[in-house]
Amino acid sequence: MEAGWFAGARIMEKHNMETRDAILIRILGDRHLRWAEGVILLVIVLAYVFFPTYYTLLSQIFIFCLFVLSLDLLVGYAGLVTLGHAAFFGVGAYAAGLYAIHVSPEPLSGLVVATLVAAAIGLLSGALILRTTGLTFLMLTLAVASVIHEILNQAGELTGGADGLRGIEMAPVLGVAEFDFMGHTAFIYSAVVLVVGYLFFRQVIRSPFGRQIVGIRENAVRMRAIGSPVYLRLLGAYTISAGMAGTAGALLAQTNQFVSLSVITLERSGEALIMLIFGGAGKVFGAFLGVPVYMLLQDVLSRYTPIFWVFWIGLMLVLIVKFAKNGILGIGTRLFHKYRGRHA
Amino acid sequence: METLLSSIVSVMFHGIAYGIVLYLISVGLSITMGLMGFVNLAHGVFAMIGGYLALSFMEQIGLNFYLALVASSVLVGLLSIILERLLYRDLYGGDELEQVLLTIGLVFMAMATARFVWGPLPQRAVVPLELMGQWSIFSRDFPVYRVFLIGAGVTLFLILWYVVDRTGYGAKLRAAVDNQSTAQAIGINTNRLFTVTFAIGSGMAALGGGLGSELLAINPAYAMEYLVYFLIVVAVGGMGSVKGPFLAALLLGIADTACKYYIPEFGAFFIFVAMTLLLLWRPAGLLGRG
Repeated sequence: MEAGWFAGARIMEKHNMETRDAILIRILGDRHLRWAEGVILLVIVLAYVFFPTYYTLLSQIFIFCLFVLSLDLLVGYAGLVTLGHAAFFGVGAYAAGLYAIHVSPEPLSGLVVATLVAAAIGLLSGALILRTTGLTFLMLTLAVASVIHEILNQAGELTGGADGLRGIEMAPVLGVAEFDFMGHTAFIYSAVVLVVGYLFFRQVIRSPFGRQIVGIRENAVRMRAIGSPVYLRLLGAYTISAGMAGTAGALLAQTNQFVSLSVITLERSGEALIMLIFGGAGKVFGAFLGVPVYMLLQDVLSRYTPIFWVFWIGLMLVLIVKFAKNGILGIGTRLFHKYRGRHA
Repeated sequence: METLLSSIVSVMFHGIAYGIVLYLISVGLSITMGLMGFVNLAHGVFAMIGGYLALSFMEQIGLNFYLALVASSVLVGLLSIILERLLYRDLYGGDELEQVLLTIGLVFMAMATARFVWGPLPQRAVVPLELMGQWSIFSRDFPVYRVFLIGAGVTLFLILWYVVDRTGYGAKLRAAVDNQSTAQAIGINTNRLFTVTFAIGSGMAALGGGLGSELLAINPAYAMEYLVYFLIVVAVGGMGSVKGPFLAALLLGIADTACKYYIPEFGAFFIFVAMTLLLLWRPAGLLGRG
């Protein structure tokens, strides 16, 4: 009898361990975090050494990685579907551009200011719209982005309106590295900011705060029941995510030295969602896979079929939703488990 | 004073015409979102394809204006059934992210196809002779086509209202919007109801696209460009309703026209602000419940 009870307890304990592991893997997205981080760093270094002619495209990829990473925090981790995330990217871009023109051409302070402005807008709008859920929330993200788009569009004297913001001139980074035509500085600058942004993101995900937002995604009612302030946690995630998106936008403005209204459109928000789903939402490395795959695909496809490439992107999206809901990382994990299952 | 009054009358008139077009296109979306819980961002595609097909029927086959509109609307309605059976059905009431991504994918495919087949330039339907010109009432001129547009739209709205409020089909539809599982339990075939309703909504959108090409020019980016407006109509009107979107579409049409006429320097700013405030005040829309 007692032995039976022990055996039962053992099984329970083992079961608990397993689910805890499973939950941890779901939260962290990948058991081999350090390994994957090393690979990504290696790829960045290799790209730096071997593809100097692609520096501009590569820095764009880094910038969008940061942007999609910020979106992942909302969509993948907190489970908030948004159609207006480009708003914060755009606010960051315009803030950095205007700061460079009117206050100081120094890039790092511009980056900080743009991040803070985007985070502040995120905090304000989030405080209003996070009171709603589901479809209404989705609509409100779109509405807020439209309001911001209209403000930037109509305040033509300040922002250049439909012509875009011109005349951004940047001082050298840290007073030494001047932005050059080859995109050498832009490459290193955006790579470093991406790495710092990623480390921050990882810290957030691993913190009790990060666990709470995942819990809210899984079951908001229970999280409230165990004493987690759901609204405040979501507002925190929204603000952090907006700030990160703003950093990415600022990077784009500083490295391109031009901002156009296209940074803030619904298409841009949709594109970010696509890149996220290509890689896999709610996974640490989704952004790092999805963005390069999407942007390289776009680059190749638009060269071969300048008119029709959008069609193939759309088709891929439909197929992913139909057949591969967890993106490339999901396919990879499935293959990995299949392989391991066969050889175990 | 006379000029102000005259401008108010003309803003109202053109705003209502605009609102009617928005209503025809959006009412199907409202039903889809209310009935099936499906965020169909690709709804504008039906209107776009409807517009293009109507134009092609007139130019290539030589159908007359009215026949071309009806034919394109029926064709789009039938085509949408394939889409519904093949792609949409599995995602009803499910994950919003998947719905959003699937339908954005469809918008992309439709945009590329339209640009490939019909070219990048915006197009408008050629209005038949009897609908050209102006009617003057109290020494004010009203374009005949827009009077026709308003008449046709209001007629369709009344038919739709009658069908939903008075017929057996309408009763089933309302039952399914209110409580799907109960409706199913008492023997309503909700699957078929969904398909039929979806096809009617898509057909209406196609009709709106063709009829409204004079106001919203048909172009490859159509489905994306006006999507925000269709969504506003649905969100403000309240999902799953036929009357709510009508009210919302007229309000939006008049407000947007007025903003563009009186305060063009603000663009659509006030429209979006108004929508935001309204949704914060009434998350379920003007006539929505909950």
